[in-house]
Parts: sequence; C-alpha cells; structure tokens
Amino acid sequence: MSTALSLRAFEYWRFQYRRTWRGTIVTSILNPLLYLAAMGIGLGTLVKGQRASSLGTNGSYLEFVAPALVATTAFQTGMFEAMYPVMASIKWIKTYVAMLASPLGTRDVLNGHLMWMVLRILQTSAAFLVIGALFGGFPSWDALWCLPIALLLGMAAALPMTAFSAHTQQESSFAAIQRFIIIPTFLFSGTFFPLSKLPLPLELIAWLTPLSHGVALARSAAQGKLELLPTLGHVGYLALWCVVGFWLAHRIYRRRLRP
Amino acid sequence: MALIEAKRLTKRFGDFTAVDGIDVEVSQGEAFGFLGPNGAGKSSTMRMIGCVSPLSEGTLRILDMDAASDGPAIRARLGVVPQEDTLDMELTVRDNMWIYGRYFGIPRSAVKERSERLLDFVQLTDRADSRVEALSGGMKRRLTIARSLISEPEILLLDEPTTGLDPQARHVVWERLFRLKQQGVTLVLTTHYMDEAEQLCDRLVVMDRGRIAAEGSPRALIEAHSTREVVELRFAVDEKVDLGPLQGLAERTEQLPDRVLLYVRDGDSAVAELSRRGIAPQSVLVRRSTLEDVFLHLTGRTLVD
Ligand SMILES: Nc1ncnc2c1ncn2[C@@H]1O[C@H](COP(=O)(O)OP(=O)(O)OP(=O)(O)O)[C@@H](O)[C@H]1O
Ligand SMILES: [Mg+2]
Repeated sequence: MSTALSLRAFEYWRFQYRRTWRGTIVTSILNPLLYLAAMGIGLGTLVKGQRASSLGTNGSYLEFVAPALVATTAFQTGMFEAMYPVMASIKWIKTYVAMLASPLGTRDVLNGHLMWMVLRILQTSAAFLVIGALFGGFPSWDALWCLPIALLLGMAAALPMTAFSAHTQQESSFAAIQRFIIIPTFLFSGTFFPLSKLPLPLELIAWLTPLSHGVALARSAAQGKLELLPTLGHVGYLALWCVVGFWLAHRIYRRRLRP
Repeated sequence: MALIEAKRLTKRFGDFTAVDGIDVEVSQGEAFGFLGPNGAGKSSTMRMIGCVSPLSEGTLRILDMDAASDGPAIRARLGVVPQEDTLDMELTVRDNMWIYGRYFGIPRSAVKERSERLLDFVQLTDRADSRVEALSGGMKRRLTIARSLISEPEILLLDEPTTGLDPQARHVVWERLFRLKQQGVTLVLTTHYMDEAEQLCDRLVVMDRGRIAAEGSPRALIEAHSTREVVELRFAVDEKVDLGPLQGLAERTEQLPDRVLLYVRDGDSAVAELSRRGIAPQSVLVRRSTLEDVFLHLTGRTLVD
C-alpha cells in the first residue's frame, strides 16, 4: 500500500482548503450555537419533570440532545464532503484527472480524498463537542468517546456517498438526496426524541440508517453507559456501511477514472 | 532504441472499437504526430500511452517498461497535456504549478525553483498570482504545458495542444514546443491541423476510424500520396458542376461540397488548359499540396469539417 502516494493526493485537499477554511470554521461554530440554543435551551425548558426523566439523562434535555447533535454533524459533514467535491473532482475541476497523470493511481486518489474527509469529520464534530461542553451539554469526560464514534459514523455516511457521487452523472441527484435522505434521517434518527416513541414499522425503518446507530452510541457514551452487546451491534452495523462503501467506491473510481 | 513501442494497440468501449490494432514506434528525441479527424481515436491512443487507460489488446512498452504493469513508474517520467485542461480554476497560476509538482513527489524547494523557471519559459511570470479562471484560453494552454514540464519529463504527450487558440497564440506554443524538442524532449502530439503537423512533426501517422492510414514524414507523405500542386476551383453556389470537361486535366480530381480539387504537377499550365477548354469557375487558386490533401486522398474525407 502506497501511503506516501495517498498523502500526495491528501495534500491537494489540505492546500485548497486555505481558500475555504474561513467559511467552514464559521459554519462549524455557528451551527452548534444555533442548534444548542434552540433545542437544548429553548425546547429544553418545555421538556421537564416526568417527561424528561424518561429520557434517561437526569432530566436534562440538553444532555439528551447534545451528543446526538455531535453525531448528526459528523453524518452531515460526511455526506456533504462526499457529494459535490467528489463530482467536481471528476467532472468539473477534474482534480482527479490531473492527479492521475502523475504516478498516483485511482486508489491513491480515493484514499487521499478519504483522509481529507476523516479530517473534516473530526473537525466539525470536535467543534460541536467543545461548544456543547461550554453549554453544559456533557456531564463528564466520557463525552470524548463521541469523537471516535462520530468519525465512524461520518465515514459510514461518506464512503457509500463517495461511491454514489462517483457513479452518478447528474448533479440533481444531490438535491434529491438532501431532500429524501439527509433531512428525514436528521428528523427520525433519535436525535430529538427516542426512536421507541415511533410506531414500530417506522422505528424499524429508522434503525436502517447509520445515523440512528451513531446517535445511540454517542448518547450512551456521553452518559458513560456503553454496554458491550448493543455497542458491538451498532459499531458492527456502521463498520458494515464503511466496508461496503469503500469496496464500491474503489470499484467505481477504477471504472470511471480509467475508462 | 524506441521510447514508445506499440504493437496491435487496441481500445474498445463495449462493442465499439476506438483504436483498432495500430503499430507505432517513437524514438528518442523525435517529434511524432497523430493526425486525424474527430473521433479517429487520437485521444484514446494518447490515454493508453499516458497509462491512464488500460489496453483492450496488444502490447505497449514505454521507456522500456510495460504500460500494463508499470503505469506509475512510467507516468513519473511522462509529461501530459490533455485535450481538456485540468487546471484548478480557483487556484492561482503558481499554486497550480505547486500542487501538480507535489503529485510527483518533487521536493518543495525544487518545485518552487522549477515553477518560476517554467512560468518564465511560457511567458506567464507576470500572471503568476492570478487565478486561473481569469486567464485567456491561450494562457491556460501555456500553463498546462508549463505544468506538464514540472517533473522534467523525458516524453511530453500533447493532445491537441493548440485547438481553440488564435493564430498568434498557436505560434507562441509552437515555438516553445520547438525549443523543448531542441532540448531533447521527445514530443508526441495529436492534431487535426495539417499545418501544425507539418510545422512540428518529424514523423506522423494519419489516423482514421481507429486505424493508421499512412505513416512517414510530412514531406514523404505528400510525395507519396499527392501531387506537387493543387488547383482549387470554386463554382457559383447553385451551379451544378459537370466534371466532364475536366476529364484528363489532372492526375486526380476530388469533388467537395464547396469546391473541386485538381491534383496536378504544374498548376499554372492546368489553369491555362482550363481557359482553353472554356471552363470559367468563380475562383481559381493554385497552391502546393498539404497533408490535408494526403488525408483526403487516403480517406475520401476532409480533416476539419
Ligand atoms: N470513455 C469512452 N466511452 C465510450 N466511447 C468513447 C470513450 N472515449 C472515446 N470514445 C469513442 O471513441 C472514439 C474515438 O474517440 P477519441 O476521443 O479517441 O477521438 P479523437 O481522435 O481524440 O477525436 P477528437 O479529435 O474529437 O478529439 C469516438 O467515437 C468516441 O466516441
Ligand atoms: Mg481527442
């Protein structure tokens, strides 16, 4: 495996980020502020007493929602980083095509971009974690477990999305994914209310998305309540999305970029 | 020794054969051209030589390595100017050079030094800090050429280096390419401009529908497949041209939609004979044979339509 070559592809992403970092930093600070203020504090004042105790977080809605929002952020970062940037690299800016004229191969081009996605996912989730902590959304240092969980979840979203973006020829599919996948999963992933409150068929569907598993993991981890079997189940399911996504991305990159 | 040696080189896309078993050899220091119309298979061939597209059949050896198995090692020693620019529009000229050099693993200080030298070579030094988006087509092409040289390649592959440029910009590119050739860089280029092929190539193949129709130096091809001179006759648009009276006037006659070409040894005496026969076209032009005529003769079609 040629890590050195992948790092050269990674260097492009790091390099071009100098142009856009300001915007992304603002977003990754502003988003947590808005969400935590609205959900944690605003909505949280309504969810109290008897109702709140069923959340299992000592009656704090903020503590219920904060770790889930870290997971959601990771999921969405993974999705977005794997949409337009991938298509642009193939069709518009043709970054990949330029890279492939050098000693880099499709594997290096893919791995280099994935390394960048890893970094971006860690960056946005860490920002959320820090700001969530400032709001008092995390009762203990156990919350740090949210970071590796967010990474796994983010890549479980990014890897299949990368494969899809490299496969599709149309930019319009992204709008559809935004509308029919990202927003519904965001609402029905257990972030804002426990999935058990849903009718059973809906609950089962909700458990199909990686996000629900990421949310469940992040929440238990932040409370220091990770149990072995459920954890293995969630991690295994997310890992499956990663492995299948990686395998697909690999095949599709080869087919698309070396016609 | 041949730097590039292709045998029965074939590229298929599904059922369609884009490159149909061609044999090509390019030697050290040569400027070699693929001349052909749209869809002839020039880019498909170039991509195989550039080791970014696997062969469907045949063998391809480049720099004494196998294109099928040594792609990365070969690409490290090639410079590539693709048909469509792959510059990063949002980065500056200098940054495009920088990042491309890094793909080749060239140390930072060397990339810096070479960038400045190459930008000077293609006369873009004063635009070094502009975003590529703001450059003209000719400047972008020159930047792509400069970028392809950052790894100090032994072979430079140029896919239609001057298509879309105005005559002046084309001459600038030609002159730079000529200098590279003098420095010992082997040039492999495609074009559908006969004048470009005549200007730049020591040797070329005429490609049509995935096959090689002829091979040789521009001069040898013209000698072998055309006459010394050509008389071009244009008739009024609605006039039905009767080739009858032209019988026996030329070694060969070609009728195109907009003109008739007479292939003759001596243009002036053919023109004299025309008026003796009472043929009065709207315009008459005598010129020397070009590769365009070779192509027309070999394939029955014009190069640029
Ligand atoms: N990726 C591909 N998939 C399917 N068909 C292709 C692909 N690339 C090229 N072709 C086909 O192969 C043929 C040769 O294309 P190629 O690009 O090699 O021609 P060319 O000589 O470079 O033409 P041009 O002068 O227009 O650049 C064309 O008919 C083209 O449609
Ligand atoms: Mg082409």
